Formats: sequence, structure tokens, C-alpha cells
Amino acid sequence: MTNTKGAVTGVNGNMVSVRVDGTVSMNEVAYIVVGGKRLKSEIIRVQGDIVQTQVFEMTKGIKVGDPVEFTGEMLAVELGPGLLGKIYDGLQNPLPEVAAQTGYFLEPGVYLEALPRNVKWSWTPVAKAGDRVERADLLGTVPEGAFTHRVMVPFTMYGSYTVKSIKPAGEYAVTDEVAVLEDESGASTRVTMMFQWPVKRAIDCYAERLKPVEPMVTKTRIIDTFFPVAKGGTYCIPGPFGAGKTVLQQVTSRNADVDIVIIAACGERAGEVVETLKEFPELLDPRTGKSLMERTIIVCNTSSMPVAAREASVYTAVTMAEYYRQMGLNVLLLADSTSRWAQAMREMSGRLEEIPGEEAFPAYLESVIASFYERAGIVRLKDGSKGSVTIGGTVSPAGGNFEEPVTQATLKVVGAFHGLSRERSDARKYPAIHPLDSWSKYGGLLDASSVAWAHSFLKRGTEVGQMMKVVGEEGTSLDDFLVYLKGEFLDDVYLQQNSFDAVDASVSPERQKASFRSCVRILGSSFDFKDKDAARAWFNQLRQRFLDGNGIEWGTDAYVSAEAELKAFIDERVSGLDKKAARIIESLE
Amino acid sequence: MKKVYSHIESIKGSVITVRATGVTYGELAEVKTRFGVSLAEVNRLDEDMVSLQVFAGGRGISTGDEVRFLGNPMRVSFGDSLKGRIFTGSGEPRDNGPTLSENLIPIGGPSVNPTKRIIPREMVRTGIPMIDLFNTLVKSQKLPIFSISGEPYNQLLARIAMQAEVDLIILGGMGLKYDDYLFFKDTLEEGGSLQKTIMFVHTAADPVVECLMVPDISLAVAERFALKGLNVLVLLTDMTNFADAMKEIAITQEQVPSNRGYPGDLYSQLASRYEKAVDFADSGSITILAVTTMPGDDVTHPVPDNTGYITEGQFYLKGGRIEPFGSLSRLKQQVNGRTRADHRAIMDGMIKLFSAYRDTLEKKSMGFQMSAWDQKLLKYGELFESEMMDLSVNIPLEGALDKGWEILAACFEPQETGLQSKLIDQFWPKKA
Repeated sequence: MTNTKGAVTGVNGNMVSVRVDGTVSMNEVAYIVVGGKRLKSEIIRVQGDIVQTQVFEMTKGIKVGDPVEFTGEMLAVELGPGLLGKIYDGLQNPLPEVAAQTGYFLEPGVYLEALPRNVKWSWTPVAKAGDRVERADLLGTVPEGAFTHRVMVPFTMYGSYTVKSIKPAGEYAVTDEVAVLEDESGASTRVTMMFQWPVKRAIDCYAERLKPVEPMVTKTRIIDTFFPVAKGGTYCIPGPFGAGKTVLQQVTSRNADVDIVIIAACGERAGEVVETLKEFPELLDPRTGKSLMERTIIVCNTSSMPVAAREASVYTAVTMAEYYRQMGLNVLLLADSTSRWAQAMREMSGRLEEIPGEEAFPAYLESVIASFYERAGIVRLKDGSKGSVTIGGTVSPAGGNFEEPVTQATLKVVGAFHGLSRERSDARKYPAIHPLDSWSKYGGLLDASSVAWAHSFLKRGTEVGQMMKVVGEEGTSLDDFLVYLKGEFLDDVYLQQNSFDAVDASVSPERQKASFRSCVRILGSSFDFKDKDAARAWFNQLRQRFLDGNGIEWGTDAYVSAEAELKAFIDERVSGLDKKAARIIESLE
Repeated sequence: MKKVYSHIESIKGSVITVRATGVTYGELAEVKTRFGVSLAEVNRLDEDMVSLQVFAGGRGISTGDEVRFLGNPMRVSFGDSLKGRIFTGSGEPRDNGPTLSENLIPIGGPSVNPTKRIIPREMVRTGIPMIDLFNTLVKSQKLPIFSISGEPYNQLLARIAMQAEVDLIILGGMGLKYDDYLFFKDTLEEGGSLQKTIMFVHTAADPVVECLMVPDISLAVAERFALKGLNVLVLLTDMTNFADAMKEIAITQEQVPSNRGYPGDLYSQLASRYEKAVDFADSGSITILAVTTMPGDDVTHPVPDNTGYITEGQFYLKGGRIEPFGSLSRLKQQVNGRTRADHRAIMDGMIKLFSAYRDTLEKKSMGFQMSAWDQKLLKYGELFESEMMDLSVNIPLEGALDKGWEILAACFEPQETGLQSKLIDQFWPKKA
């Protein structure tokens, strides 16, 4: 707490004006004292001796003249071992612990410690007395779940230090001293396993940022093959309500080939978080064999929780992601939904009476969105290892219209766009990622020209389909009709995926390649059908066989025999293979 | 004794300002006008300038009227004596019963801790096949009925209220036509459900600020009953009026509008009400069914659009029927696997065929020739519309499933339905 004193002068929704006596800093945390409760708030504007704060709680009951305390610190989160598996609100309050204290409801003014203080971690020192260290240099390690958690020189300690003493191996709590560091002037600092970092500042203790090239496998075919995401990259999923944004995020959070997943449920339904909360502890992570929850952190500020904390929640989440990146891990941050975060900014901007931009969003919307996504990235750390933060954000555009400001501002900065369409979700074509509207700038599992070749069938098939709606099937040539059938086939058996089927829900890269190769064979083959009905009937059968195959576990005897049958079924019918297709198939053998 | 202020500085619409000190945000006050006493709620503080929204509206308020602050936020009396009663949006009796003032509880309380929620697990039976069979309503679900003005949405709500197996019904009426209010009252009275009903009704003739109170007051009461172990169904009609009331107040207070004049916090405001739907693990539950009228049948209008992002699905009421396309209960998968073995199969199978029927209708209207298959579909579609979709059909889920098999058997050969052979063997009606 600083010596600055303040008193409330006005209340408008969750914005409280305070007259201050003393110095304050922008984005400093202040507490409004109301009837014995201390309500957390953040300074968002300073004008003479009046400051405006956004309060992270309901403001009912505040009155003019209520005292305000200032902390001198920006909104920060605790970083240290023990974050994994936790469920936090937007301000890093552990929700299960809050529930133990206040019961069913989230009472205002209850702030608990984010990291458990009573847990002992088994510490192995790495640095030695006399070592020269800088911020983020390794002091020692503790095991956390399946990972080796690196305990580092706190990122807030700028300058260089000498290790004066370091604790021997043993069991310590996060608040116990593990080392003493001495700066150049001879002053010494006690270091524990945890420290605080302001959420709105990006953690930048790495050697250099690299270009994202390695694909992050999601085991969803349409993403990995057609619209891939790279480790350290960014992508967005805009879509109208009911198009399956959240289901897609949930599937990704389970299957993504990363070390740690951080889910930021930002201003969405509480019920959806509950599903994750209850299911993840039961599910096994195939990579580690432990519960999925052990690699997950949930930050949940659902739609009825205070709006200002919603704005903070995405920063809380990304800060924890950056912290684990410093340990050479690959982290995926899923933010659902960034529109609600943008709306929280809009609410505040309106109360500050700022001049509104498009649809009343503040003029700084774009730069704020851009700087958030820019916190993603793959980096080379000082010790040479690599770590990454990948950010995937859903966008909930008003009326499902992608022209709105949040979608547009997001599209400018992300590397891949997975646009969900109402039309596809109505037709139960899941995942409802639109194959013609979506794009990705990253390289995927397969070579780009092969993918583009396959994609051309989707495009031409759709064109023929459109045309057929006007001229009818009679007016379409058999060749065009075949292109249409091929496009539909690729869509049905490859782009669509059944996330409720145990096998089809997650498809390994090897299987994707094999499956893609079979599809290419169909796309590139010539057929000799006597009429359209015959063509359709054959393709219907083909589709059924393919879909049945998609449900059989990879590599089993049943799979091998189904595969052989399918091949025989195709061999019987096809004649001639396109050169391009032949080359693609060869490259995939 | 609280101080009385007798000088009103400004009056804009239903918002007045007075100079006062020691006032808390959200506090209630009484404004004494020559038409009687009205409640008012503090909605902005700026130094000693206090803005209040007057429940009875600004009309006829004089700058010399008295304002007395009550020192407490909006509260409502709670207890079993509420059952069977009818109140206004500010909690005053609308029937001729006594005013209740004991055991006051605050409204608009904090949100439920997400970690204390449970995955919904029980269906709410309504006797309407389009709901029970195709889009099952689940306990603790929040579902709006999207419809255009003129559709029988209030009739639908009343029917669900009468038939749903719940312990208590709370009806929140916002901007209700007086006729509709009487309709609800009479229907519930005739059906004998009035004793398990509490009504908070704001009619179109009442002051707009009272409309804003209705959802909070209804849900605060519902929450208390749910915590006492009751399964409560809250019916809100019409949430578009609620949003419009918010818009009106926001604009009079010169807030920057965001989309079509609605305030920027429309989403958060709607969400904080709908998210009150909950199933308390070891106690009761709140299920919310709300009507959202769509101006111009436009689902992209800000109110239905924001609602759709908040609620767990929606029922589309169109042409007096619940449309199978566009209607969705996001929670149905949680319960429909545990009702009867054929539930999911009939649900998917009948809708697929109905979708094919719609395509055939389109072909027919364009003058294409009808094949034998098309003829079957036409017969099926007509039967489906009259025996399943019609809102007058009133049968329990099991009856609806049997009816589904009958309709299928009347129109198709078993293998044409695309249903699993195992189910066909078990359920296909045997020819007599």
C-alpha cells in the first residue's frame, strides 16, 4: 500500500471516480473500502486529482466519500509451481477454494492466494553460490505433474546478480526462501519459488523470437490438412451462435499436440466451463498417461461474472502461458470468446465517455487486439531451448456478420482463419469450418501444392453445385457432375469429422496422410459411368464405406481388411489417374 | 430518520437528479408527488449529484417534490405467502391481497461459482412432442422462444407452465398487454396451477422502469426457493421489452449507444439474468423459459442475437408451430440417451425425412415431377405436421415416440427410414 489517500466522488455502473491526494500510476490496483469489504479496482484514467477506476466487482452499496487504498502495483498474477490443474477466475482467484469459503455464490471482496502455500515442492538446486545470473536464469527445478518446473530468477529483477546462497535439495513451499541474490551495489534479495508479474506486460525474457513453422497438430483433419496452425502462431474462429465454436475449442483442448493448454472462458456460458471442469479430470492425456487436467489451467470469467474482471481474464491467461513458455514448453491458449472481451472494453469506454468508433467500440480496439495476439510466438530461450505460445481465439460476431469490427481487427493480425458458417452447421456438417472462406498462412502436415490441388475440387464442385440449382441436374454435363460428386465426397469423408465418435474424433497425422492419399486417388481418377444416377449411386456407396472406415481404429486387423476391401471396391471402377494425383500419391507413399 | 430532500435539480424522462450526500449506489428512495408515492433507484453518483430512475416515470414530477432515501437497495419479501400472489414490477400487490414486508431479500445478487455447478441431468416433461422428443428441455436450462409478434407464444408459455412437472412457477411479465395478463391469470386459475405460481407483472401501461425490475425480482425469489429445494420454472415474457426499456433509460441518460440504439452492455445485462438458471447440487433448480420477439422476424436483431449467444439453444415459433429447423436444445444430449432406446434414433431419423419432405415441397412448387418416393414424403410431411408439430398435440414422450413409429409405418417400408435394424425389429408396428 502506498501513502496516497483517496475518496470516492462518483459511481456510474462499474466505473468509480476517486479524488486522490498523492501520487498514483496508471493501471495501478486500488481497493475501495465499502462496509468492511475491500473491492479490487484498476485505475484506467487520471485527470488532475480525479482518477477513474474500473471495479472488478458489483458496485452496489458504494457511496461518495468511501475511502480508497492504493497499492502502487499494477494488476499482477502469481507465477510459480502449482498453477497447473487450477481453476481461476479472471483475477486469478482459485474458484474451488473460493467456493469452500463462500459457498454457492461469488461474494464480492473475496480474494484468495492463487498458489497453494501449504504444498511442499521437492527442490533441486541448479545454480551455485557465486554464479552470475540475470532475470529468468535457472536457479533450480521442482517436478510439477509430468513437467520439470524451472524456478527462475524473478522476471521483475532487472540487472545482474551474484548468487550469494542457494538452498540444498529438499522440500520447500512456494513462499520459502530458495536463494539469496546480491546485486552490483551489494544489496541482497531473498528469492522464493514464486513472484508476481503485471498481466498487461508481455514477458520478454527470451533470446529471440522465431518464425512459427512447425505445425501444431490438432487431430482435426480440416485444420491439420487444409488450414493448419503452427506452434507459436495465432488463429481465430469466428462464427454465429450455434455453429460449434465452443465444441471445436473443447476438442482442440483435448487433442492438441502441446504440453500445456490454458483455457480462458471469457464471458461465455458457465455451463460450458462446467463440462470441461467435470470431464477433464476423468480423461487421460495420451502423451503423458495422466489426467488431462494436469496439463490444463482454466481461467473462467463467465458471462454473469463482473465485466472488468472479464477484460483482465485474457491477460491473466496469456501471462501464465508466457511463464510456462520460459520453461521450454509448448503452450496453447484458447480464448472463448474474444468478442466478450472486446465488449467489456466497449462498456468501459462508453462510461469514460470516449468518442466511439465503429459500433461504439473504442478507437483503440484494433491495437489492443493486435498486441494481445502478438504475445503468442515461438521463442529461443537463453539456454537454446525453444518454447511457444499459440493463441486461438473465438469471435462471436453480432448477427454472424464477419464485417463487424472485432472480426475484422482480429483477421488483420492472426495467421489462420477458421470461419464457421451457419449454412454448414444447419446441414450438420461438422466441424462447420467453411472450406472456401477460411485460410491459413502456415505450412501444415502436407505439402501446400497437394493441398491446393485437392482444395480446387471443393471450389469447382461448389460452383457446379450452384449452377445445378439453376439449370437442374439435366442441364449439367456428366463431367461437371463428376467434379461435383468428387467435391462432395472430399467434404463428406475428409473435411467433416464426428467429434462424438471415439475413433474419428482424433486422427493422427499418419492416418491423415493415408486417408488423404486415398481421397486423392478418387479425385484424380477418371470414371466411366453410364449416367448420373449410376455415378451418384456408386459415390454414395463409396462414401458409406469410407465413413465406416473412419470409425475403425487405426492399424487394427479390422482396419487393414476394411482398407483392402475399399481398395478392391475402388479398383473395380476407376480407369486412369491424373498425373498430378499420381505425383501426390507417390510423395505420400 | 433519513433526511428529506425537497429540491429536484433536473428531470429527464424518468430520471431525476437531486443534490444529496451519504447516498449509496443502488439505494432506493421514495419520491412523493401529487399522484402518490413512487419508488426510485439510484443509478449514478457524481459528487453530491444523485441520479435516480423513478419507477412511476417522470411525468408530473415537480421540482419541489420530496425525495426521501431509504438506506437500502431494492428488496422483495420472500416466503411461502408469495405463492398464488400477483405483484407489479416493484413488488406491490396487483391482486387485492396484503402488502408483504417481512423477510426482505435483496435482488440482483452475485453470480453462482462455476465450480459449484453440475452437469444438467434431468429432463423437464412438457407433453409437447416438438419439445420432449425433438428438443428436450432440461432442468436448469435457459431457453428463449424466438418468435414474431402475433405468434401464440404466450399460449405456449401458459401450456408449458400448466404441464411442466415443477414445484413452482414464477411468471415475469414485461410490457405485457393487459389482455395477455388476464389470459395468464385465467388460464392458471382454471388449470388449478395458480397456487403454485407467483406472478410479477409489468403491463404495457405501467411505467417503464418497473419493467427493468421484473427479471431481477422474479429470479431473486426463484433463487431463494431453489435453495430451499424447490424446482422452479421461471417464465419471462417478453425479454425484448426488457431490452427496449434498458435502451430507453440508457438513451435518456445520454449513454453512447452501440448497436441500433441499445446500450453497449446489453449482452452482459441479459447474461446476468439468464445465467441465474442453475441446478444446485444438493438442493433445487431454476429453469428459465423466455420469450424474445424478433422485430421483423430478424434473428440478427441485437436482442435475439445476443440472446442466442447466452442461452442454451432456442425454440423458433413460426406459423403457430415450433419449427424443427433452427430450434435447438443444446442440453438435450445430456438426457435423451437415458429416456428410451429409440429416442435419439427417432429424433434424428424423423427430422432427416422431414428435411427431405421440405426439399420435395420445394421441387413440387417449382413444377418438377413427383416420383413415388416424393409422394411418400409428401404423405409423411403432412402427417408429421398435423400429428407432431401441431401445438394442440398433447402426449407424453413415450406416446410421442410410439406415434413417431406409427407415422413412419404409415408412409414407408422399414428399410427406407434409415433407422437401425435392431430398433426396427423392436419398435416397428406389427401389421394386425
